[in-house]
Amino acid sequence: MKRWRSLLLVAAVLPGLAWAAPVRIGSKQFTESVILAEVARISAQDAGVPAVHERELGGTSILWAALRHGDIDVYPEYTGTLTHELLKGVAPDADIPTLRAALRPLGIGITDGLGFDNTYALGMREVRAEALGIRTISDLRAHAELRFGFSNEFMQRQDGWPGLRTRYGLPQTDVRGLDHTLSYRAVASGAVDVIDLYSTDAEIPYYHLRTLTDDLHYFPRYQAVYLYRLVLEHDAPAFMRVLRGLAGRIDEATMRRMNADVKLRGMRDGAVAAGLLGVHVDAEGTSFWPRLLARTLEHVRLVAISLGLALLLAVPLGILAARLRRLGQVVLGLTGMLQTVPSLAMFVFMIPLFGIGTWPAVAALFLYSLLPIVRNTHAGLVGIAPALRESAAALGLPPLRRLRTVELPLALRPILAGVKIAAVINVGTATLAALIGAGGYGQPILTGIRLNDIGLILEGAVPAAVLALLVQGVFELVERALTPRGLRLPARE
Amino acid sequence: MAADVSTGIGQQVHAATSFTLEQVGKCFGAVVALRGLSVAFAAGTTTALIGSSGSGKSTVLRLLLGLEWPDQGCVRVDGRALERDQVLALRRRVGYVIQDGGLFPHLTVLGNLALLPRYLHWGRERIRARADELIALTALPPAVLTRYPAELSGGQRQRVALMRALMADPTALLLDEPLGALDPVVRHELQDELKAIFRRLGKTVVLVTHDLAEAAWFAPRLVLLRDGAVLQDGSLEDFRERPADSFVTRFVEAGRQLPERAR
Repeated sequence: MKRWRSLLLVAAVLPGLAWAAPVRIGSKQFTESVILAEVARISAQDAGVPAVHERELGGTSILWAALRHGDIDVYPEYTGTLTHELLKGVAPDADIPTLRAALRPLGIGITDGLGFDNTYALGMREVRAEALGIRTISDLRAHAELRFGFSNEFMQRQDGWPGLRTRYGLPQTDVRGLDHTLSYRAVASGAVDVIDLYSTDAEIPYYHLRTLTDDLHYFPRYQAVYLYRLVLEHDAPAFMRVLRGLAGRIDEATMRRMNADVKLRGMRDGAVAAGLLGVHVDAEGTSFWPRLLARTLEHVRLVAISLGLALLLAVPLGILAARLRRLGQVVLGLTGMLQTVPSLAMFVFMIPLFGIGTWPAVAALFLYSLLPIVRNTHAGLVGIAPALRESAAALGLPPLRRLRTVELPLALRPILAGVKIAAVINVGTATLAALIGAGGYGQPILTGIRLNDIGLILEGAVPAAVLALLVQGVFELVERALTPRGLRLPARE
Repeated sequence: MAADVSTGIGQQVHAATSFTLEQVGKCFGAVVALRGLSVAFAAGTTTALIGSSGSGKSTVLRLLLGLEWPDQGCVRVDGRALERDQVLALRRRVGYVIQDGGLFPHLTVLGNLALLPRYLHWGRERIRARADELIALTALPPAVLTRYPAELSGGQRQRVALMRALMADPTALLLDEPLGALDPVVRHELQDELKAIFRRLGKTVVLVTHDLAEAAWFAPRLVLLRDGAVLQDGSLEDFRERPADSFVTRFVEAGRQLPERAR
């Protein structure tokens, strides 16, 4: 399907205008990634190259798939992620030229480092570190009484605590697992002495922490870079000049300050990026109601299209399942299996097939809608009293006629109930569609989670809940209108 | 009362249908319903199939309609063996009424009556005229046509079920405990009406009941089934005076406990 759409697009656009479309820049679902994508977008626009930012597309796997598939052209990444997660057979400490050579066969390019590392590090309160004279991780060896509080992931990761303890021969025994966001408060309040952190975390200056030098070079390097599709070098040379020009422009302190500006001081990521580049950007924010309306339309569109398509397939499948018992078990089993795929994974699976944006989200929601409708259609038909089914057969009506005039009307209520369940589930699940760039109410929720901004989360969550209730209400009215009066009457006697 | 309903509204008069079961065996899983049963229902006659529950009498009706198929033996309709591809056509010329009526709750009475005629491409006028005729025959108030089954009494529902079975002027009528779900007063009333209707229509009627008195009231010929085979076939007099075995006697005795009805 995607291939057809691309073909149509290519056919429609004259070869000379092939790069009329703006450069698409993606970002992951955390503040630093969003800021770096904004930096790329604004510097491109400043150089007269149109660029759009597909915000907060979820995790590494989504961005990597989208880039390889050509749904986005550029996104910010870290060398450590490339060596540890994305590329096979590359040394863990590979330098950028090595990575460049490994990426080239994939059609992907890599810029030089942007000027900072965002690696794991250990941190202590500045005053306490100063008092104990600790500057490096090796210095910790002399203080066995120090209490460590590490994030649960760090406690388990291969390149986390177990390896660190061996490499440095650390003697500490009071080591406990903590939630990462809580660990800053724990160290600030003195409940623990040393925590793990990411070296550009906004909280480091905020809580007056000292980052201990990794003097034995234990932690892998996580240099920030941009990954891009190699075709850009040919198609958008002006943009590539801008992108390459960003290498070495951002040091660790600058990145930390920008993270803090967005995360702790509530500044807009676009404004922070523009500030770095010394550019003025218009405050592009739209006001609340038009924004809500746009998101509502996106959300309703996702739900309506996926549900409509699901109806077209699920009702016939349910009928088939009710007719052919053995096939029915297979159909119910398969749709049930679809339901057990975690929603995030489902959205990610759709990317290679449909790219990013509306269509993969519609496809995922479509698959989720199948089960309730198939199951209820099946149950509704199988649940018809045998006497009634036999009466219809005894009249001498052929099977399809029976189905239309007797069986489907009798099963209408359970079928509609299935559609209603599918619709309500879809309204909820569609909030995750923002992770793959489909917009909707999930967008403010994602941003809100990232910025720990309850107001923003509610801006998505409340309308989503209201919409779910509304959908429920509308379907109840539809059910009332469509159910024949004879089925609503209590039986006499 | 309408005079001769079977010839109404340009409907051609069908000859009545005859049915024959030859050495029919039928099992449902491990349960044997019929074992080598042979019985014939001649065209235009009224026969009552009697027996206790589980004797296989309902299965006989279902075999005649092609709702079940024999494991052994043969079902003949008008002398020809019943084939699967003739079943729908056969069902359209045979009326079938079951115990609780089997009316479709989502349709009005008229909607229920119109199901088959609409499939046969009858016009609205013709359907309405035929319904009015049958309303007169079954002595229902015309207002019931627009009601839903849930709004009718049990007796009214059975009358409507009979109307539905008669809509396309069938050549035979198969009734499976048609009065089984009714209270005694209504049942009594309907017995009289049904008998009059059968007599007037002149169709082949096979009626299943477990009530000997009711059977004798409707039909000159009684067929008593036991364990999936015919135990005795004859008139009530035969049953009383020449019982095939002690079971027949006991069956007749049990029937007598009910208040005897004038014949």
